[in-house]
Amino acid sequence: MDGNDDAITAERNAPAAAIDAGAVDAALAAMMTGICGADNVITDPQQLRTYECDGLTAHRSVPGLVVLPQTAEQVASIVRECAARQIPFVARGSGTGLSGGALPRTDGVLIVMSKMRSVIAIDPISRRAIVEPGVTNLSVSKAAESHGLFYAPDPSSQVVCSVGGNVAENSGGAHCLKHGFTVHHVTGLQVVTPDGELTWLGDGTGVAAGYDLVGAFTGSEGTLGIVTKIIVKLTPIPEAVITLLAAFTSMGAGGAAVSAIIGSGILPGAIEMMDALAIEAAEAAVHCRYPEGAGAVLIVELDGPAGDVEAQTAAVREICTAEGAYEIRAAQDAAERAAIWTGRKSAFAAVGRISPAYIVQDGVVPRTALESVLDRISALSAETGIRVANVFHAGDGNLHPLVLFDDRRPGEQEAAEKLSGMILDLCIEHGGSITGEHGVGVDKSRYMPRMFGADDLDTMQLLRCAFDPGGICNPGKVFPTPRLCGEVPGVRRAPHPLVAAGVIDQF
Amino acid sequence: MAATTIPVELAAACKDVVAAGDADDVAGVRAGYVAAPASTAEAAALLAAAARLGLAVVARGSGSRLHWGNPPARCDLVVDTRRLDRVLEHAAGDLVVQVQAGVALDDLAAVLATAGQRLALDPPAGAANGAGTVGGVIATNSAGPLRFRFGAPRDLLIGITVVRPDGVVARSGGKVVKNVAGYDLGKLFAGSYGTLGLITEAIFRLHPRPAVSTWLSLDRPDPESAAAVVHAISASPLWPSAVELDWPSAGAPLGVSVLLEGDEASVTARSARMRDLLRRGTAGLPSGQRKRPDGSPVHPTSAVEGVDSGVVPGDREVADGGAAGGPFPLARPPADGRGRPEANGTCVRVAFWVGQLATVLRTIRTAGVANGVDAAIGGSAGAGILDVWVAAEVDPAAVGGFASELRAGLAALSAGGAVPSVASAVIAWAPPQVRETVDVWGPVPSLRLMRSVKDQFDPAHRMAPGRFAGGI
Repeated sequence: MDGNDDAITAERNAPAAAIDAGAVDAALAAMMTGICGADNVITDPQQLRTYECDGLTAHRSVPGLVVLPQTAEQVASIVRECAARQIPFVARGSGTGLSGGALPRTDGVLIVMSKMRSVIAIDPISRRAIVEPGVTNLSVSKAAESHGLFYAPDPSSQVVCSVGGNVAENSGGAHCLKHGFTVHHVTGLQVVTPDGELTWLGDGTGVAAGYDLVGAFTGSEGTLGIVTKIIVKLTPIPEAVITLLAAFTSMGAGGAAVSAIIGSGILPGAIEMMDALAIEAAEAAVHCRYPEGAGAVLIVELDGPAGDVEAQTAAVREICTAEGAYEIRAAQDAAERAAIWTGRKSAFAAVGRISPAYIVQDGVVPRTALESVLDRISALSAETGIRVANVFHAGDGNLHPLVLFDDRRPGEQEAAEKLSGMILDLCIEHGGSITGEHGVGVDKSRYMPRMFGADDLDTMQLLRCAFDPGGICNPGKVFPTPRLCGEVPGVRRAPHPLVAAGVIDQF
Repeated sequence: MAATTIPVELAAACKDVVAAGDADDVAGVRAGYVAAPASTAEAAALLAAAARLGLAVVARGSGSRLHWGNPPARCDLVVDTRRLDRVLEHAAGDLVVQVQAGVALDDLAAVLATAGQRLALDPPAGAANGAGTVGGVIATNSAGPLRFRFGAPRDLLIGITVVRPDGVVARSGGKVVKNVAGYDLGKLFAGSYGTLGLITEAIFRLHPRPAVSTWLSLDRPDPESAAAVVHAISASPLWPSAVELDWPSAGAPLGVSVLLEGDEASVTARSARMRDLLRRGTAGLPSGQRKRPDGSPVHPTSAVEGVDSGVVPGDREVADGGAAGGPFPLARPPADGRGRPEANGTCVRVAFWVGQLATVLRTIRTAGVANGVDAAIGGSAGAGILDVWVAAEVDPAAVGGFASELRAGLAALSAGGAVPSVASAVIAWAPPQVRETVDVWGPVPSLRLMRSVKDQFDPAHRMAPGRFAGGI
């Protein structure tokens, strides 16, 4: 363990892969201004600083330059300029990512997609929407609502997070247990490749002719190109939704109820669980009034045809009671549902009420291993004296342990980080994953060799090399060590149209 | 390649290597050797040896889809997956299974059924080889009616182990459904037709096996009214598992079928509501019959389950296609008077935005009339994919003309829209005489990136060379 940690520290301190790149200077800014207009290019150091991190504030890096394109063609032009100079670039949506996937490069350009935020078209009969990448997740569902349709992936940040960012991260959400992840709901992508070509992957039908590049691109964390249009599937709004809140005296009893529900053949839209410490934090923050004295609460949401939901609700009530639930509440309408969800949705932020600082971990274990992993986490917590609050998507074994510490006390942060890493080791040990939905980004690339072998990572990077042989598209993310792509036949090196037309000179 | 002796390197790498016989031809291309590794490690040694010898390699499972796509330009070595036949782990509590690539889908279904679970894939079965093997189904991304609700292999695959053309073993994903660590190589290999490497193991998410499944179907006289039914079913909140369409010939009515699955009470209630919906939404009345997955009727004498007295002429009963323990023995609900599509004809696979269904059906018929081709059309209309079957006896030039004209017609539908294409056609398989007249893959978007992917994974172009789109 100790030897490993030394190696990790060494990796973290190693300089990012050297790119023989051009400078992010006034000339480049002028070029970007020519493409996007002066209002959409940021060079002021104070303003640049506002983009220094995404939702994971532990990693910060002030971008060399920020551009805010308004069209796909502008994105392509920006990328072509970067490619011509081998300047690294990073795309950013709403900046809500939790793995530092949109961490900028000081020596690079940050391309902020927030000005491309329209729902271009909805085809209700085909159950498809065409949207721009900066559009927020929830606004797609809002736009589709009048057609009786919604966009199923619902990350907790759906009010602000962008669909482009969802594509990059293959975002899930509480309801992906039943409805699937972003990759199951994206059928076409217009992308700018890392050499600046504007092209379509997939055509919206959901049937790939040739390699499934839509599937391969989704979840690649912005390392294969920049999405400029997205075709998403829309899903009929369920006829009925009932949310149950069940209180148990212990996590063990709650976990047994989860296994029994899944074992009965019921597939709820969501099954969420919180432990006593997470409940305490939520009560302090939003007064969600969960049943008193609960060692664990389970939130089970059932959706589908009315008759089915009714029958499943009865079955879930029965199971929870049999497993020792001492109070069960049911919400039938939107307001009651919101009241139940308030505690769960506020849990991350609420922990700020009971701890000066905390780390949000994201790991996955097979559902049947939940109980033993939670026991191990609580044992680790007891051994180290570091408090851990547990909030998680119990139905799919996706843990979000919140590791609490006081950053004013020397050594506490390091100890918390170490414990957080040990939780990931537990996940790997039990056949799980180091990330279920937050992504690898910069934050977890050092853990990738614990989950995958060198050959696995090398093979994944063959895909990277196919798209981005120069390694300029969001470099330093996902993989701990970049692969040298070698000589690649047939890579296009098209001159900028203005160069080709003799309007400007590149040198 | 006329091979009489087995190269020492191959024999050293794999215990089971023989000279290929007539039966080992791949889509008419003579094979050199056939090797059957029994583990991922043995497959890796075999492919490493093949790389040193510069052999062109084609993977073979049950052989039921080897005629899909183009024939390989060369086939020095067939890697037969029949010894990769183990279900490695069925974690029933986690609804996950890990299998080797050579496991037959039917055999896997039988294993899963013992725990009341299934892999929700029901690809069309070949005449003699069942539904094929896990590896073949992934490599062709084959799906059947259940595609409407559960998707294709790419949607159910959560982990994959492959052997690269250079013999390196790589895996991605894992044993948990929710997992975003690293690139998802499973997506890339699903539908790659063996052109990137050899699939040796797969991990799938599973679903509970429904206690009851029911097909309801009704006939419509024209594409527009059939499409209206498909749209009404698809937009309903009744959770259909499949929405199929069957149009055996230009003069026949169009059959629309919907599959409802679940426990008995749920299916009974939803069937009744689905009938109401169709009665209100269309001129006709659907009929149906319920059966359990083992084929036994649920309530053979119940008036609810039998044919209503109000059935109008043209409606028909459709039996449940679910066999005990296995995926559907037929591609889709059996159609009146038409047999299972056979491999020796031509199959054109049309993918489209569902809203275009009626227009697409008209476009297929228009191209048929112009070329004297009366095709059978069927498939997952609700999911935007239809197969068009042309019999082997039809003049190859006419079939080629039909396919080309169909592509032109579909391209015209897309002109001027917000997206580059709303419908396209790929020839899944065709006799050699047809392939001479038309490119089976047709125009494929982002081909440059696909070539780049191929160059990275298989720089010497030895894996099923030429079988895939754009000569990949």
